[in-house]
Amino acid sequence: MAYPTDRKYTKEHEWIQASGTSASIGITDHAQESLGDIVFVELPKIGAELAAGKTFGTVESVKAVSDLYAPASGTVTETNGELATSPEKVNKDPHGSWMMKITLKNPGELDGLLSAADYEKFVAEEGGH
Amino acid sequence: MGAKMVDFNGWDMPVEYPASIGCGIINEHMAVRTGVGIFDVSHMGDIRLAGPQALAAVQHISMNDASRLAVGQAQYSALLYPQGTFVDDVIVHRLGEDEYLLVINAGTREKDFNWVRDNTRQFDCAVENLSDDFTQIAIQGPKGVDVLQKLTDADLSAVKFYWVTRGSVCGLKNILIARTGYTAEDGFEIYIPADEATSARVWNEILNAGKEFGLVPCGLGARNTLRLEGKLPLYGHEISDTINVWEAGLDRFCKMEKPEFVGRAALEKAKAAGVTRTLVGLEMTERGIARDGYKVLDGGGREIGYVTSGSPAPFLKKNIALAYVPPEFGAVGTAVKVEIRGQGVGAQVVPTPFYKRPKK
Repeated sequence: MAYPTDRKYTKEHEWIQASGTSASIGITDHAQESLGDIVFVELPKIGAELAAGKTFGTVESVKAVSDLYAPASGTVTETNGELATSPEKVNKDPHGSWMMKITLKNPGELDGLLSAADYEKFVAEEGGH
Repeated sequence: MGAKMVDFNGWDMPVEYPASIGCGIINEHMAVRTGVGIFDVSHMGDIRLAGPQALAAVQHISMNDASRLAVGQAQYSALLYPQGTFVDDVIVHRLGEDEYLLVINAGTREKDFNWVRDNTRQFDCAVENLSDDFTQIAIQGPKGVDVLQKLTDADLSAVKFYWVTRGSVCGLKNILIARTGYTAEDGFEIYIPADEATSARVWNEILNAGKEFGLVPCGLGARNTLRLEGKLPLYGHEISDTINVWEAGLDRFCKMEKPEFVGRAALEKAKAAGVTRTLVGLEMTERGIARDGYKVLDGGGREIGYVTSGSPAPFLKKNIALAYVPPEFGAVGTAVKVEIRGQGVGAQVVPTPFYKRPKK
């Protein structure tokens, strides 16, 4: 799958798509593929403060529990309620299924994240299988 | 096949097959419940006991009563330590008048074989480790019989659950075919020669024969969720060398009327003393998934036990778990909590097995 170039990626397999000081966050195609059938997504409450690189939630597949790491610091403004009842949407459309929206504390933080091409390369090297 | 592989006790095993070919744990699980799936279970070990005292040897080392087996019949049983805890659980197959085959778990193959050999020295019976001689393929699900019947001359309709037969399979003569499995579903396990070319050919022929029935290849992930729904124990989880037969609730496979077997004396004492923990089925009543090793709490938040196996149950569409708790928390309907990421999440004790296949 081609990784959209309109956003940035982390080595923990999240993506973040920013527009001004607001941003959407989700997990990558590689992440959903590694996890398998996703059955549970646990997200923070609206108003919660995220710190870049710290865990903010959990995604669970049938077989595995995986932490979610904040790609950038900010305040949660919206969470995707649809994922509580239909978590499999993350498998079907990982780059379209945003998990939450935040107000960025420092949009400059995104400069340190991976581009689509760099992320793709990272996955190819990390995976190797 | 592009399967996701994982190291399982030194074996490279597929966890699940790719979504691109219609697999993934949920699809694989559902295929076995409603149609048919196949598993490569070559990691299972096989020990053959043969000789004039084979029955006496099997009776000495296993807790079920092998004297009840007719030739061609199999039973679930276990090998126990003198203290009444588990070396492993096994399926004992009676293949001939004086010939038995024990099918054992991957992680415990060497331990099991050594234990069987060391504990049967006093009997006139040969003990052989055949683990590397067979590729074991499990064809599981209500349509498993239809798939396998296309590939064998054996009359499978005449083979009852937990019985075995022999026949040609995919042109290979005299193949052992057992109507057994680890999915809580009808199905067969076949034992074919372990060479790679033969194994691959048979695997592919089964895949082809199964196409019309929607057969999918299944990995360890689905094997685990299927056995969990059926409350079939997994070594290192529900049973281990520190858990005894009464705690694990496997009483009906333990024949105390047998005058002697390894572990019997300790079990007699343990029965009189009563158990301090018991294996129960839990269903989450609040949002959350119990996982292996999570703590079980009482209503007040006090730790009372632990989850041995926990997962979403794909067919039942519930989050279920097996757990050890004190007997006073064992009654169906008892409300408990499972600690998930520091929070007590509601669950209740439910009847087990969680899933029972419909009787035909």
